[in-house]
Amino acid sequence: MGKQRTSHRLRLPFLLRVKESVGGIFKRLLRHRVATLGGIVVILAFLCAIFAPFLSPYDPLEQNLANRLKPLGWTDIDGHVHILGTDQLGRDVMSRIVFGSQVSLIVGTASVLLGGILGLILGLISGYFGKWVDDLIMRVVDITLSFPFIILALCIIAILGTSLFNLIIVLAVTGWVIYARVVRASVLSVKEMDFVQAARAIGTSDFKIILKHILPNVVAPFIVISSFQVARMIIIEASLGFLGLGVPPPIPTWGNMLSDGREYLQEAWWIGTFPGIAIVLLVLGINLLGDGLRDALDPKTYLKE
Amino acid sequence: MKSYLIKRTLHSLFAVFGVLLVVFLLLRLTPGDPALLLLPDLAPPDAVAALRKELGLDRSIVIQFWVFVQHVAHGDLGESIFYRQDALKLVLQALPITIFLTFGSFFIALVISIPVGVISATKRYSWYDHLTLIGVLLGQSMPTFWLGIMFILFFAVLWHIFPTSGSGGWKHYVLPCLSLSTYMMALVTRLTRSGMLEILNEDYVRTARAKGLSEKVVIGRHALSNTMVQIVTVLGLQVGTLLGGAVITEKVFALPGVGSLIIKAIELRDYPVVQASVLVTAFLFVFINFLVDILYLYIDPRISYVSMEER
Repeated sequence: MGKQRTSHRLRLPFLLRVKESVGGIFKRLLRHRVATLGGIVVILAFLCAIFAPFLSPYDPLEQNLANRLKPLGWTDIDGHVHILGTDQLGRDVMSRIVFGSQVSLIVGTASVLLGGILGLILGLISGYFGKWVDDLIMRVVDITLSFPFIILALCIIAILGTSLFNLIIVLAVTGWVIYARVVRASVLSVKEMDFVQAARAIGTSDFKIILKHILPNVVAPFIVISSFQVARMIIIEASLGFLGLGVPPPIPTWGNMLSDGREYLQEAWWIGTFPGIAIVLLVLGINLLGDGLRDALDPKTYLKE
Repeated sequence: MKSYLIKRTLHSLFAVFGVLLVVFLLLRLTPGDPALLLLPDLAPPDAVAALRKELGLDRSIVIQFWVFVQHVAHGDLGESIFYRQDALKLVLQALPITIFLTFGSFFIALVISIPVGVISATKRYSWYDHLTLIGVLLGQSMPTFWLGIMFILFFAVLWHIFPTSGSGGWKHYVLPCLSLSTYMMALVTRLTRSGMLEILNEDYVRTARAKGLSEKVVIGRHALSNTMVQIVTVLGLQVGTLLGGAVITEKVFALPGVGSLIIKAIELRDYPVVQASVLVTAFLFVFINFLVDILYLYIDPRISYVSMEER
């Protein structure tokens, strides 16, 4: 309700300014202390994933049954210290967490990128052209939203089979509806504005109008929703991994580590505790960054300045 | 009013149709012969042929869909390959646990988050408010199933207050409901707080205060009732999230609900059970959304049915 009151008058300068200065947004983001903290966490996570082979103390796949379920700080006969202990196959938990960040970040970003682009395109088409195209796309959106998301995703994966590629595809094709809705709503509010009407009056092609006049004005809400979706997809990836429907073993993922952790909870609490903390930290970082982005891109916040 | 109800009903019926179509296509688009999927491995060829005929796989896809819809309408969702029982019956037996878990969490979340959000808004920037905001952030960033694992670790393994898993008396549902409710709790607290903050600045609230109404009445009657309208809109979608979350929570706590049934059926490639479970949960979800939209009308009589129709 509150949103409708921020009239187009407020939105227009904001939209134009977004187009003008990415630097300004970045500055506002940096001034937002909590968002900066979130950004640092996200950057660290990416660095951790990229440099995993160098950062991880040991090989995450190396099994050693003599070292099964050893507690934090365990030193084995070779003098190797396992800071976060070992799992049921004697693998180093710390190394597995470091490598697990790869799958979480790949799935999170790739599914949002793919689903986001799909949703952006379909949302633009739906909002701009209206009529039967809009009806068709929105009905598909309605149908997809008639399923609890995770149930739909896990069924498709169950049928397609588990793999990194399938996981990303499934999350993208089930997740695009959210972006499509948000983009369509923004297109509808921009479409009737004078500058779009003017462009149309002088005979600019639809494709050009969408690209030059509409797209820049829907980017802000799209970016904000995407950032929160990355966090959501990371949690969903972990959930599917926990259910045994994520990236198949032996590849370490936070989700399948949690599943091991649940199984050995009585004997070895550390297996299930630390990957969960890793998820919370990363998701928290992304959410904080998302909050900051929303504020930095929102006219209500910065027009006051 | 009437026209809105009719429109909303049609919308739900369309969603039901969509669910049927998707579930139908999911099974048909699988690589390989659906008849082979529905039969146990190494089924004799004549059994495959018989099932193909029964399923109408030799006919056009449109007719196949029509046959499928007729079967669903008669409550015939096939027989479980593993349990050798009616698939729908299996799902309906497991359903009460899932419903109990979903709505238990739903009510826990509402009962806790609305007062917490209201107090937080009235005491803005106090330590209480800050604590609430930190809780909200954590709650929204935490996988509920991991919280469930941590609950088991502390309340069951270490302190022996609640059982670790399985179904039985009410004690078996405390930890699952609590952990499942956290995400929604965080969300509703956040919405209540921000909604209240916005409304407490409105003119009519100032008027209410100016004419000497007690703070209790101002907050309870004037501000909260208007915030509720905003909250109800997200509740429908939240039930869907909870239903999905219940699948995982059931797995964490080994509760024999629909979630555990689906996961088990997927492992066993027991497709009729998967199909029946998905259909039932999706129908339930469509129905709940329908109820929420109707409820929305009653909670806020100001809403013109025209604007509702635009949604």
